[in-house]
Amino acid sequence: MATATNKYYVQFTEDMKEDYTILVPNMLPAHFKLICNFMNTYGYHMELLETDGPEITELGLRYVHNDACYPAILVIGQFLDALMSGKYDPHKTALIYFQTGGGCRASNYISLLRKALEKAGFGYVPVISFSFSDLEEHPGFKLSIKQLLGLLDAVLYGDLLWILVNQTKPYEINTGAADALEEEWITRLGERIGADSKLILRHSKNLAREIIRDFAAIPKEKRNAVKVGIVGEIYVKYAPLGNNNLVDFLNKEGAEVTTPGLLDFLTYCAYNGIVDKNFYGRGGIYYLGSKIAYWYLCRKKRDLITLLEEEGSFDAPCPFEHVVALNDGYISNGVKMGEGWLLTSEMLELADSGIKNIVCVQPFGCLPNHVCGKGMMRPIKERNPDINIVAVDYDPGASKVNQENRLKLMLSTARDRL
Amino acid sequence: MNEKMNCNRALGIDIGSTTAKIVFTVDDKILYERYERHFSEALGKTLEMLASIKELLQEAPFTMAISGSAGLGVSEASGLPFVQEVYATGQFIQRDIPDASVVIELGGEDAKVLFFKGGTDARMNGTCAGGTGAFIDQMASLLDMSITEMDAASLEATRLYPIASRCGVFAKTDVQALFNQGATKNDVAASIYQAVVSQTITGLAQGRSIEGKVVFLGGPLYYCEGLRRSFRETLELTEETGYLPDCARFSVARGAAIYSAANEPISYQEMTDKLVRGSQNKTETRAHIATLFKSDEEYELFRDRHAQHTVKSIPIEEYEGRAWLGIDSGSTTTKLVLISEDKELLYSYYNVNKGSPMQIVHEQLKQLRRLCADRIEICGAATTGYGEALIQNAFHADMGLVETIAHFTAARHFEPEVDFILDIGGQDIKCFYIKNGAIDSIMLNEACSSGCGSFLETFAHSMGYEVDEFAKLGIKSRSPVDLGSRCTVFMNSSIKQAQKDGARIEDISAGLSISVVKNAIYKVIRAASPDDLGEHIVVQGGTLLNDAVLRAFEQEMGRDVVRPVIAGLMGAFGAAIYAQEHCDESSLLSLEELENFTHKSRTGSCKLCSNNCNLTINTFADGGRFISGNQCQRPLGIKVEKKLPNLYEWKREYFKNMKGKPGPRGKIGIPMSLAIYEQAPLWLELFTQLGYEVVFSELSTRQTYERGQFSIPSDTICYPAKIMHGHVDELLDQGIELIFYPSLTYNINEKAGDNHYNCPIVAYYGETINGNMDSLADINFFYPYLNINSERALSRTLHRHMKEIDPTISRFEMRKAVHAGFKAFEKYKDEVRQAGQAALDYAEEHDHRVLVLAGRPYHVDPEICHGIDRLATSLGFVVVSEDSVCDLATNIKTRVLNQWTYHARLYRAALFAAEHENVELVQLFSFGCGVDAITSDEVRSILENRGKLYTQIKIDDISNLGAVRIRLRSLIGALEAKDGDSN
Repeated sequence: MATATNKYYVQFTEDMKEDYTILVPNMLPAHFKLICNFMNTYGYHMELLETDGPEITELGLRYVHNDACYPAILVIGQFLDALMSGKYDPHKTALIYFQTGGGCRASNYISLLRKALEKAGFGYVPVISFSFSDLEEHPGFKLSIKQLLGLLDAVLYGDLLWILVNQTKPYEINTGAADALEEEWITRLGERIGADSKLILRHSKNLAREIIRDFAAIPKEKRNAVKVGIVGEIYVKYAPLGNNNLVDFLNKEGAEVTTPGLLDFLTYCAYNGIVDKNFYGRGGIYYLGSKIAYWYLCRKKRDLITLLEEEGSFDAPCPFEHVVALNDGYISNGVKMGEGWLLTSEMLELADSGIKNIVCVQPFGCLPNHVCGKGMMRPIKERNPDINIVAVDYDPGASKVNQENRLKLMLSTARDRL
Repeated sequence: MNEKMNCNRALGIDIGSTTAKIVFTVDDKILYERYERHFSEALGKTLEMLASIKELLQEAPFTMAISGSAGLGVSEASGLPFVQEVYATGQFIQRDIPDASVVIELGGEDAKVLFFKGGTDARMNGTCAGGTGAFIDQMASLLDMSITEMDAASLEATRLYPIASRCGVFAKTDVQALFNQGATKNDVAASIYQAVVSQTITGLAQGRSIEGKVVFLGGPLYYCEGLRRSFRETLELTEETGYLPDCARFSVARGAAIYSAANEPISYQEMTDKLVRGSQNKTETRAHIATLFKSDEEYELFRDRHAQHTVKSIPIEEYEGRAWLGIDSGSTTTKLVLISEDKELLYSYYNVNKGSPMQIVHEQLKQLRRLCADRIEICGAATTGYGEALIQNAFHADMGLVETIAHFTAARHFEPEVDFILDIGGQDIKCFYIKNGAIDSIMLNEACSSGCGSFLETFAHSMGYEVDEFAKLGIKSRSPVDLGSRCTVFMNSSIKQAQKDGARIEDISAGLSISVVKNAIYKVIRAASPDDLGEHIVVQGGTLLNDAVLRAFEQEMGRDVVRPVIAGLMGAFGAAIYAQEHCDESSLLSLEELENFTHKSRTGSCKLCSNNCNLTINTFADGGRFISGNQCQRPLGIKVEKKLPNLYEWKREYFKNMKGKPGPRGKIGIPMSLAIYEQAPLWLELFTQLGYEVVFSELSTRQTYERGQFSIPSDTICYPAKIMHGHVDELLDQGIELIFYPSLTYNINEKAGDNHYNCPIVAYYGETINGNMDSLADINFFYPYLNINSERALSRTLHRHMKEIDPTISRFEMRKAVHAGFKAFEKYKDEVRQAGQAALDYAEEHDHRVLVLAGRPYHVDPEICHGIDRLATSLGFVVVSEDSVCDLATNIKTRVLNQWTYHARLYRAALFAAEHENVELVQLFSFGCGVDAITSDEVRSILENRGKLYTQIKIDDISNLGAVRIRLRSLIGALEAKDGDSN
């Protein structure tokens, strides 16, 4: 049995910055690749883990409590798999984990990861917890405002690429064209964001326009594809490893996929700071910071929308201010654990913009989703009778056939209505 | 021939998880239909069925489509058109039964509910709700009946037992417990059907009412009249409105035929070519795992090694002298062992219960007495296992011992230095660490992964094999299928997937063995490496008699282990040794008494308290009685000298006596569930001060759950949340028009952790209730977001909300009410602490052990904790709750983020238990509680680092106390052994 240590965590020191490789779990391929490319221009050595395979789940199950969330099992399994692969020197490797904090058990991922590392004999590997309510000190990983804004840029461009690829792929005449173009831009953008400190979307609208034009220029066939939206728990919603390549599956079935972007989730986190003031009287600097962040992020999204509308070939998302109001009468904005009210809002946002077929994904037994996902389906369906929602659970034991069966059912109903 | 333009010939093929169906129509008239089990040879069976109508099909080309879960793979491989099965059903219904409003279709492993009126919608069982047809099969083989026999039996039932309806594994646990208590097969059969019905309704209808014309489809509903009857009774349907069409089994195949009309016609030859070709160049997609044995030689070596761990046996005819008997009445098997003075085996018996353990033991004892005649004197008999008490009482055995102790006693015989024992039995996985010659910690499988051993067996039977044969196949496998390591219900789906990929039966067999082992290692033991287990590992239990399972275990752990040759008899062998150590003279029934032995069981319900436990009363020929099913000792007529202090009982009394008083502003209802189990005093006082009459719902019973089950949107949520639907419904029934449940992101800040959240469910369940209970539309369901950490913030926010309900409430009134509320709340918490202290003092004074039953406040609910607290007091513990003692310990730095108020108390309570002699802690863990996945490891390490035992009990809607009893008794056994050591 492992014994408890008083040492709470291993710091990532300044020396480590020099020669440590920082491994990054893959949640959103494009966004995270951009982030890595960007951070590496500041002298870090970040590497995105794009591994998959059954060993990952197996390692996760071995070192994490089996009733823990599936995303934790996968991410920790992926880290351990990398550390054991021989590809990296564990003594020269650090891990980074993004988390939001809050009342969901997801805020315990870092603890679970550290426990697992200790159990597997990697207790010395530093884990950088990257979160907005950060309590930990990592001298080698301190971000300046400029770097933070750069990261935000990476998210913005990531969202933009995500929208463009998703809206191009089902129609491209030359298979693989959208993916190739995305790859090309990720490389270009990563270097540019780091090199040009002024490259905040406002200053670089032309660059964004260029990207949009490039995607618009890909030859497409005209056909009426079924449109499917994906919402749900953030990891399984985005990560191909978490959702058995859901986007690919839907694309293969001929559907066009829409997933609300990562920016929305960040804005949601900022908005919760405002909610805390309004609901529980928690004011102060935290409130002020949240308000500024919220205002700024909303503006960024509006910029993105304007750019897309200007060009005109692609459907733009809704402004966040609109999303915030959609859940009115369904669920209170006070529900702020996990994806909280945003999940409900996103389903309504999709329905609002004509995407009536929705896949709501969650790890098996996801607590907040009992309330804001599955718990809200009934009222949503009642008031939007034409909506076609399917809930799909993901976990280490879930069979792909079962998942695909449910998705196919949703797709047949969708095609009927086309 | 007019096939060219408008083909009127259509073929529908439906290949499900267990059966294949084909339908051939001409001009929509059915010329041929056939239904057969395919025993995982999906394609072969289909081709065979098609060949039987070769002539008919060869007459002219036809359109065709394939459907079904196994059909998907066939279609992908062959390139023949596929139609999703629910969609196919829809096609069939819309054309043939257009007035249907709801379809309930049960298949081999799928359950579906389709709504056609008022917004079409289809619900399929999720990953958890397991199979239904397969489940009924499993249950039938447990009853040792064919499906037809079971159906007939169910029609004769006179009463229903509650059987857990969430998933097959739970239900199976209940069924086995019922048998061990002597329930009749008729009643159990009907109860099983009822469980399927509840599962379908809660799991799939999820709040939508099933009414209008309901159509039953699929094999199980077609074959089982009893099942249809259960559905009709539950849903209040008649023969017309609960309609079974003649073609209920063929609906999907018929739908596929209808759907195929849009496809290009194809000839018989072309179709079969494609099917055959598809099966040949299928790509291997399934995950491979290491083979069990690379060669036959390797297997021989393995067998020889294990044959060493043997026990000497003497033919009973040749022995003369004293002997001791051990009887292990397990959940699925019964074992008997008779040993000599030198612990040689004189007689042994191992067989499946076939639902009537009493009868088997009776027969065996008679035979044994005859064999012993006058030569052998049985000097002691001990019973163990699930049926321990019943068998002991019926046959006057001298003692009963908890099975964990029995197994340890036996294992020590083979390996004196044993430090780890793993036992995989019919439905339990047990393992324990041994330190200093005593059981140090015990892990039993949680209800969710149980059934592994019997799953192997049931699965073998369903494939048409005996379990031994089936396991032998696994030994020959050279490419086992990876079936995952979650619960067996999930494995059904994984097997489905493997079959789809064309896995062979031996590969599935090997894969199953590996999964059983992985379950044991990663779910129950939670070991990361062999060193976690120990140096000297002994494995036993019937399931490990299976070489494939044993090999999988050795491979997974990377070390050799000891499996005694009598691995299946260890419990009985241990009991016999135990009897030898403790008895010189036996009161076991003599041959004559055995000849006259009769046994009757009847059922009734206990009237001694409001719990109304379902009792099974066994009466024996000598007038002896044995009662089971009771949660306390009262119906047994045993006077508990003095009731031991029990904080759970204390709290229940407290809440029961809490009543509002009539006020000018009318009534406000508060559901007695989740957070209210602690905050009731606060809200009672607050609203009383405001002039409301507060009405709490009653403490829960099974009926509370049942009345609310129709509106539960998520079947995997915890039971305490599910039960809240019933509480709200109860308040509605009383005509209350204002119902309150606070939404509290943050709980009280007790300054004991990093934050003070509620879990998402406690915090926001009001939202779910509001969104899913139709009946709330006409009343005011009031679930404001509040901050209960500041009187000022609370009165301000609550005032703002309440003004909308009653504008006459003044700010001043509210402040006063809130202040009074908090005072009452403080007072309550003080009283809890005092009651806790009083209990501790009592224990100290009277030298009782203290048990901290650590859960959350709502675990005191009688329907949630199922009388575990009473069981503990009946075993001699003084029971305290976590919140009554946590303030007696200091804050503790945890390695996990300590951010929930309720859970922070667990850590402190654990520290308190760890720091005090004579105080033990048992953690209650609600199934589906995600937060406890994090807390349980932490609580365990707090205790174990300080040399204490950790025991966890997972609770759900099952009320079988048998497993809980084993845990608590093992805990006591281990404590006694420890005490013995230190003395």
